[in-house]
Amino acid sequence: MKNFRENLMHMVFFLCALTSIFAVVLICIFLFANGVPAMKEIGLLDFLTGAKWKPGNDIYGILPMILGSLYITAGAIVIGVPIGLLTAVFMAFYCPKKLYGLLKPCTELLAGIPSIVYGFFGMVIIVPAVRAVAGVFGADISGSSILAASILLGIMILPTIIGVSEAALRAVPMSYYEGAVAMGARHERAIFTVMVPAAKSGVLAGIVLGIGRAIGETMAVIMVAGNQPRLTGSMLKGIRTMTANIVLEMGYATGLHREALIATGVVLFVFILLINLAFSVLKRRKEA
Amino acid sequence: MENKIEIHNMNLHYGDFHALHDINLDIKENEITAFIGPSGCGKSTLLRSLNRMNDLVENCRITGDIMLDGQDIYKNCDVNLLRRRVGMVFQKPNPFPMSIYDNIAYGPRTHGIKSRVQLDEIVETSLKRAAIWEETKDNLKKSALSMSGGQQQRICIARALAADPEVLLMDEPTSALDPISTAKIEDLVLELKKDYTIVMVTHNMQQATRVSDTTAFFLLGDMIEVDDTEKLFSMPSDKRTEDYITGRFG
Amino acid sequence: MTREAVSAAKPAVRVQAKTGKVHGAASAAVLKGLVYGAAMLTFAVLLFLLGYILVTGIPHLKPSLFQWNYTSENVSMMPAILTTVETTALALLLAVPLGLFTAVYLNEYAKRGNKLVNVIRITTETLSGIPSIVYGLFGMLFFVTRLHWGYSLLAGAMTLAIMILPLIMRTAEEALMAVPDSYREGSFGLGAGRLRTIFRIVLPAAGPGILSGVILGIGRIVGETAALIFTAGTMAQIPGLFQSGRTLAIHMYVLSGEALHMNEANATAVVLLLVVLLMNTLSALAAKKLTKK
Repeated sequence: MKNFRENLMHMVFFLCALTSIFAVVLICIFLFANGVPAMKEIGLLDFLTGAKWKPGNDIYGILPMILGSLYITAGAIVIGVPIGLLTAVFMAFYCPKKLYGLLKPCTELLAGIPSIVYGFFGMVIIVPAVRAVAGVFGADISGSSILAASILLGIMILPTIIGVSEAALRAVPMSYYEGAVAMGARHERAIFTVMVPAAKSGVLAGIVLGIGRAIGETMAVIMVAGNQPRLTGSMLKGIRTMTANIVLEMGYATGLHREALIATGVVLFVFILLINLAFSVLKRRKEA
Repeated sequence: MENKIEIHNMNLHYGDFHALHDINLDIKENEITAFIGPSGCGKSTLLRSLNRMNDLVENCRITGDIMLDGQDIYKNCDVNLLRRRVGMVFQKPNPFPMSIYDNIAYGPRTHGIKSRVQLDEIVETSLKRAAIWEETKDNLKKSALSMSGGQQQRICIARALAADPEVLLMDEPTSALDPISTAKIEDLVLELKKDYTIVMVTHNMQQATRVSDTTAFFLLGDMIEVDDTEKLFSMPSDKRTEDYITGRFG
Repeated sequence: MTREAVSAAKPAVRVQAKTGKVHGAASAAVLKGLVYGAAMLTFAVLLFLLGYILVTGIPHLKPSLFQWNYTSENVSMMPAILTTVETTALALLLAVPLGLFTAVYLNEYAKRGNKLVNVIRITTETLSGIPSIVYGLFGMLFFVTRLHWGYSLLAGAMTLAIMILPLIMRTAEEALMAVPDSYREGSFGLGAGRLRTIFRIVLPAAGPGILSGVILGIGRIVGETAALIFTAGTMAQIPGLFQSGRTLAIHMYVLSGEALHMNEANATAVVLLLVVLLMNTLSALAAKKLTKK
């Protein structure tokens, strides 16, 4: 009897452990099965490189959205990475212990704030600020723009960058630091020429994770990016991301339009899988 | 010989713990001074006070004077300049995770030398002085971490020499190495004494007799005795020193 | 050799070392400034964000926002609060046992280097990287359409359960790993079986760590929007299992899309923030309890 119970529970634990595999397979099947036919019907090349998105005329090109996601993500990285990395250096090497006890939970809180709240904040603060600053230079714009979205996402990826980079910096042996200081290197020099380079792959993993967050972010971006499906290179103009495309039109789309939106999700999913792959490669290299 | 370093009435506390009691010691120029004693006796702590590495330890308090060339290193003294003059080699080889060349060039670059020609020269001389040039000259671009433990330690010595110190502190530099690497390092240290004042902490009494000119014996935070190495090991004046060197404890 | 002889051998540099200034003071000062500046900026942004939302939102927290029934007049958030509680409870009901049992399997049963274990880890990592909008799409295609549940509380909760599964799993596994092997050996040594050891010794010892992960999961559920819009829908009512309902975060999204209701959106943001703050604090407390033991 006892043995039976042991074996039964062993089986239960084992089956539960298979859930994540099951979930990934299911997600892949349903996304691809519903998205790929649309890509075929539209033509993969036309779908990926088409510059026009006009569901009314059955024209579905998501190049503007792909570029939109990439621009805003790049902007977020440009803003978030330096600030996040420097903050991580502060947390690991400068912060007094007592202050650390206060600031560490703050970075965790920053990670916990819902994206909808970030979006709201961006809508009422960042967008008007961009509009006002542009107004000073004589540009009359709404403020919902690549720039506004980049700033907001830059803030939103901070906790990821800070958390992962700080852990990587703390994992570097202190003997490196001592070695540098023992040669007369200042605190700053020892940190930036020895410790930070030694934490490189960990920091990179954090950046990749941040890219994943930024490219997948949806609600916050919708509220500040303007969402126009167009090709533009101007930081001050609005743009639409892949994520925004799905949420904005899924509510009323039918037929091929709906499938094209799911296909947009498939493209996003592939991007994420590639980023995940890069992340795990970096992580493994760090461990090696 | 002149005194390079003079320690007067030096006391050291870690928080409430009184780690070194009233140390008085002169370290002569171009000699090798060895610190011996059982673990926890304070010999490494004293060594790390000589280039103020103890500054990195929280709650570490030092009283008394430590003079380098007659100048108090804890008063009106830039700690980075001090550490440049008083280099250090650690117990565990700690080359940076970068190329051998960049490891050696780290000190000179820290102190503002940018010229490639000058750096090349310093790297070569330092590696030669540390007796590791032959093994590394063909792969200076290789990661220092790819070398063996003994080679890494000699690279660390070369790295310390490249910063052009006057004093070299060595904290049990061979305790992590095999006998052959140890012999190489000992030969090297004897060679280096011509140009540098060397202070070495060692666990190994044979090593102290082989390389050092003067030996100081520490026990539980006290310096029990200091003398010529030969004399200290043949006719120690303190009973406790005798007990230690004859292996009765520690 | 005398000191003169040594200095003569290498005069230039050594003299400079004794008298000169330390190189690189300026660049060190700049770097230090950047480090402090960046840290101050990060925490100033956080403080400003929190301050702004709270200060401008709290005055709009009127009793009418907490009436049981939602009307377009009172835009009450009460149904949304209840929907949030329902959704969270349902999602946890599925995710916690699954995540916990997976962690138990990985940590207590699976052999090291097992290929299957590696696959499980990789898929878990993949799951944790998938953005919520993709979960939303999947939930819509699978639960809503394929299983014909329609926009419903259940579809939303199931989608969220899959979404927080990797989080629950990872924190539970870390908590289990932190339990010293001596506990297990002690129990086995007394003749207890594996199951008894797990449920009586290991899980209680890992309790606070597991709890801390569960609370973090609650935080994510409460803040989630993108995964819910096309699974649970946006109806402002207290839903049954197969009815549509909007959680607080969705409520806020709908309101902030309407220029008329910015104040109410702001008030909702206050409630959301307070919940997240509370969850973070509770989670930290639970984690602290773990390290104290």
